[in-house]
Amino acid sequence: MSQKLDLEFINLTKRYGATVAVDAISYHFATGTYACLLGPSGCGKSSTLRMIAGHETVSEGAVTLGGRDISHLPPAKRGTAMMFQNYALFPHLSVLDNVAFSLKMQGVETEKRHKRAGEMLELVDMSALSNRLPAQLSGGQQQRAALARALITKPDVLLLDEPLSALDPFLRIRMRAELKKLQRELGITFIHVTHGQDEALALADEIVVMNNAKIEQAGQTRSVFDAPKTAFVARFLGSHNVVKMPEGMVAIRSDALTLDTGESAKLPGTITNIEYQGTHVAVTAMVPGDQEVTALLSDHEFFDSPKEIGEAIGLGWEARAAQALAQ
Amino acid sequence: MQKNSLTGWLLASPLSLVLLVFLVAPIAMIVVVSFWGATEWSIYPAFQFDNYAFLLTSEVTYRVFVNTFKYAAITWACTLLIGFTVAYYLAFHIRSLTWQIALFLLCTIPFLTSNIIRMISWIPFLGRNGIANSTLMSMGVIDEPVEWLLFSDFSVILAFVHLYTLFMVVPIFNTMMRIDKSLIEAAADAGATGWQTLWHVVVPLTKPGIMIGTIFVVALVMGDFITVRFMSGSQSANVGRMIQNDIGLLQYPSASATAVILLITVLLLIGTMLRFVDIRKEL
Repeated sequence: MSQKLDLEFINLTKRYGATVAVDAISYHFATGTYACLLGPSGCGKSSTLRMIAGHETVSEGAVTLGGRDISHLPPAKRGTAMMFQNYALFPHLSVLDNVAFSLKMQGVETEKRHKRAGEMLELVDMSALSNRLPAQLSGGQQQRAALARALITKPDVLLLDEPLSALDPFLRIRMRAELKKLQRELGITFIHVTHGQDEALALADEIVVMNNAKIEQAGQTRSVFDAPKTAFVARFLGSHNVVKMPEGMVAIRSDALTLDTGESAKLPGTITNIEYQGTHVAVTAMVPGDQEVTALLSDHEFFDSPKEIGEAIGLGWEARAAQALAQ
Repeated sequence: MQKNSLTGWLLASPLSLVLLVFLVAPIAMIVVVSFWGATEWSIYPAFQFDNYAFLLTSEVTYRVFVNTFKYAAITWACTLLIGFTVAYYLAFHIRSLTWQIALFLLCTIPFLTSNIIRMISWIPFLGRNGIANSTLMSMGVIDEPVEWLLFSDFSVILAFVHLYTLFMVVPIFNTMMRIDKSLIEAAADAGATGWQTLWHVVVPLTKPGIMIGTIFVVALVMGDFITVRFMSGSQSANVGRMIQNDIGLLQYPSASATAVILLITVLLLIGTMLRFVDIRKEL
């Protein structure tokens, strides 16, 4: 864990003609970090990942791994391995041969490479299916095979391009737990690209929120979620209300809002919607300035003094729950 | 249930009828006639094996068949090499779809003219005093005209390759376009060199296209007679020429027997190839 295999972007830039896909971003990932690049489609997160992998040329700046500039090395010489969005398993090869492919390219003899591939398949719990063709596997099984293929090269950094997007919701939650477990066991850096904030929050030690080719905010997952710096980050991470107050824009977590009628109420409002969510009740209210605000109340809190749609309420929060946002 | 099966029969009948009239009946006719007898001036219905006996015991037949196979094999190798290269270039090195389509159409434009014209246009080029020879002589590469350029196996195969390469390009290009580009990246990620990617990823995934192109080219070359006649100046023979000769002499039974043997040979050839590659996904 303590080897110096930190991944770093230094003014990393990608241009396609006149368009800038990634605009001079800099960031440092410590060895063994599970990091998520998070952002809407077209924000530059995939281009960034592909530049780390070497499938996209670096227009300017550099990617370094363990202090070594890898920006212009061929993909296999970088110490990275990539797991593709649609897994990109070779359809004409069995799972075993898919996993053993890189060893075959190095000229490792059949018996030896099959043994190593078998070990990798055991790691991802796929030994029983090693003779199947990719087309005969389910989505989750294909993902495990792709994972084994990426890991057989013993990468220092594993790059995952929207690895869970092709799976159904149930499997997605199971596979993300397995990804996290695998990363803990291997102790290598995982860089995971996703547009799902729940996925990023569940997996990442650190998140890098990207928007319009730039890093909007990055850091420890919890500190980013607790203190979004811009309205974009607050909205994209969800569970936040972005409210325009006299003193400027603030982000307030939905679960930090309370319904107050007395003096402590900071905002008056009218209830427009009530949604029962089992453990919680989401109350949406219209507040001055034509803004919608959602308060997430525990079921006790709500049902102790139930409200009706159209009822006038006051919304309150603790002073430290409001995060001032950059304009 | 009764009604359903009737509908089924009715739906299948137009195609069956077409195949029966235009495919099965002519072949059956040829098979029937191949057993007939012939004299110098007449043909008479019979059921005898004389035609086959004569064909299969004649040394000429074997020589002509070997020659036909030779043409097919060399043409196949050349069209495959050129076709694969062209298709690979179009599919993997041309980035924009517009250019891909434009260049692909460019490949097909010569095929809008007649086969015969394209074939004959080689003659003034390759002849004894043709453009090729006179250019080489004026450049000082050769002192006297090269004789083997025209009316030789070389010119026959050159014409075949020219005529049929597109039949290799199209199916291979079609198959290559369906290869997911991320597979190429995955191969690079696994440390494969360009040649390794080509050999271990692109070629195996292009096999069905190669096989379809092969069937086209082999079937066309095996059945050809006009190219061989023009480009060899009637100095070489293949099976098609043999059949054409028989027809010229009104020896229909003998021509039919040769045709039946050619048909069986080609079917066996293609049947063998299909055992190795599954082309159903491409159809």
